Amino acid sequence: MNSPPPIVEIRDLRYSINGRAIFDGLDVDIVPGRVTAIMGPSGTGKTTLLRLITGQLVADSGTLIVAGQEMSTLRRVELYALRRRMGMLFQNGALLTDLDVFENVAYPLREHTDLPERLLRQLVLTKLQAVGLRGAAGLMPAELSGGMSRRVALARAIVMDPEILVYDEPFVGLDPISLGVILRLIRRLNDVLGLTSIVVSHDVHEISSVADTVYLLSGGKVAAHGAPGDLNASQSEVVRQFIGGLPDGPVPFHFPAPDYFGELLARGNHL
Amino acid sequence: MNLVRELWGSLIDALVALGDITRFLLRLIVCTPRVLMRFDSVVRQVYNSGVLSLVIIMLSGLFVGMVLGLQGFQLLQRFGSEQALGVAAAIGLVKELSPVVTALLFAGRAGTALASEIGLMRATDQLSAMEMMAVDPIERVVAPRFLGGVIAMPLLSAIFSMIGVYGAQLVGVQIMHVDSGSFWSQMRAGVDIRDVSEGLVKSCIFGVACSLIAVYQGYHAFPTAEGVGRATTRTVVASAVMVLFLDYLLTSAFL
Repeated sequence: MNSPPPIVEIRDLRYSINGRAIFDGLDVDIVPGRVTAIMGPSGTGKTTLLRLITGQLVADSGTLIVAGQEMSTLRRVELYALRRRMGMLFQNGALLTDLDVFENVAYPLREHTDLPERLLRQLVLTKLQAVGLRGAAGLMPAELSGGMSRRVALARAIVMDPEILVYDEPFVGLDPISLGVILRLIRRLNDVLGLTSIVVSHDVHEISSVADTVYLLSGGKVAAHGAPGDLNASQSEVVRQFIGGLPDGPVPFHFPAPDYFGELLARGNHL
Repeated sequence: MNLVRELWGSLIDALVALGDITRFLLRLIVCTPRVLMRFDSVVRQVYNSGVLSLVIIMLSGLFVGMVLGLQGFQLLQRFGSEQALGVAAAIGLVKELSPVVTALLFAGRAGTALASEIGLMRATDQLSAMEMMAVDPIERVVAPRFLGGVIAMPLLSAIFSMIGVYGAQLVGVQIMHVDSGSFWSQMRAGVDIRDVSEGLVKSCIFGVACSLIAVYQGYHAFPTAEGVGRATTRTVVASAVMVLFLDYLLTSAFL
């Protein structure tokens, strides 16, 4: 069976910050209707990749096509039109702190549609029910726990019925119960709403249980990709270090530094 | 040679910053008509920048007016012309003290609040989240706050003048027993519409400068606690210097 054409197609992508190459010839295909995980050690540019896919950053060179449109050539209006077809869950939820939970979820609807108040209310309550927080509609963001904020942000991200849903580190700092809830929501929303989900994370075991495809990034390139099970069987040293959680290996324990003894014996106040 | 290169570098940096802030201002102006359509968001910001600054503006206005009354009385009495206290205080306030002191207080009270609020929204990804919802944060967050400040400044300055004149009267007439009739009549005869419009133009321009600096610093704050703090400090420093510099230019232009 042929797989459908990718909804996000990345070819030979290059991006650098202050002369330091973050991506150096990256190739990624994201297939519609699936949960794709982007994994990798901290500092490999996972979040940067999300910001490139969502057009918050522009690549130095290479091809980045999202829903049939080349991101580097989009004008502001076209980018905003494309973003209406995307939802993004930020690491800390990024709820608007001056609005309550209900208004946060209603915000995109109020901005982009002219729905009657009754319908808007029903839509918002439906989405809040889907994340289990209908009862918290009247609370302010400051009154929510980390996991609840993220669920409200998730309700907000799906309120415009996006085609692509992007999660930036959705499991960071969650207790096991909230983590389980978010994991189940990612899978369920993907299947029920027919979304394409892109999840950036470094939680190997959590993400393996929910992702269909995993891309493991290292050194600005894709170190390995495939189904989560394939990665476990991989012989690549980087993959084995990452999945096994080994402190040293191709990704070194030490940040690059001059010779240890030389530096200890050197004179000088600081470095 | 190094010094020349560094000076040249600083000059280039300053020009780049000036260009950047001008572009930012143009973006704000472009979206102003759309923002005015949602006038309630501007009204809310006039409340935040204006009404919430009222106490400090009124108190300062009162004390500045009282000091002006006292000093003016001492000086004018030497020439036996203490009846001119009203006109002296009013012209000093309307043309100079109200626009400048209001702008400095505005930078400290409302400017810092604007910069830190927008900076914190940047640091907590709220601005990025809006962009991801295809909502332009410049139009929804920055422009209403900018316009709110621009509208609030001349109003605050006018209130400052009013309270200041009352303060001068309190000291001059009530305490120093300057004749009340000549205090007010000389003021009415001596203060020209040109004086009032000079003060008005100044406070409008200061309003644009202070609000622009505050929202620009907040919007471009580095997204950390330190970055937001630095943006707030820069807002006060840059606003104060800019207000005094513009005041000199405007005063000489009005001569």
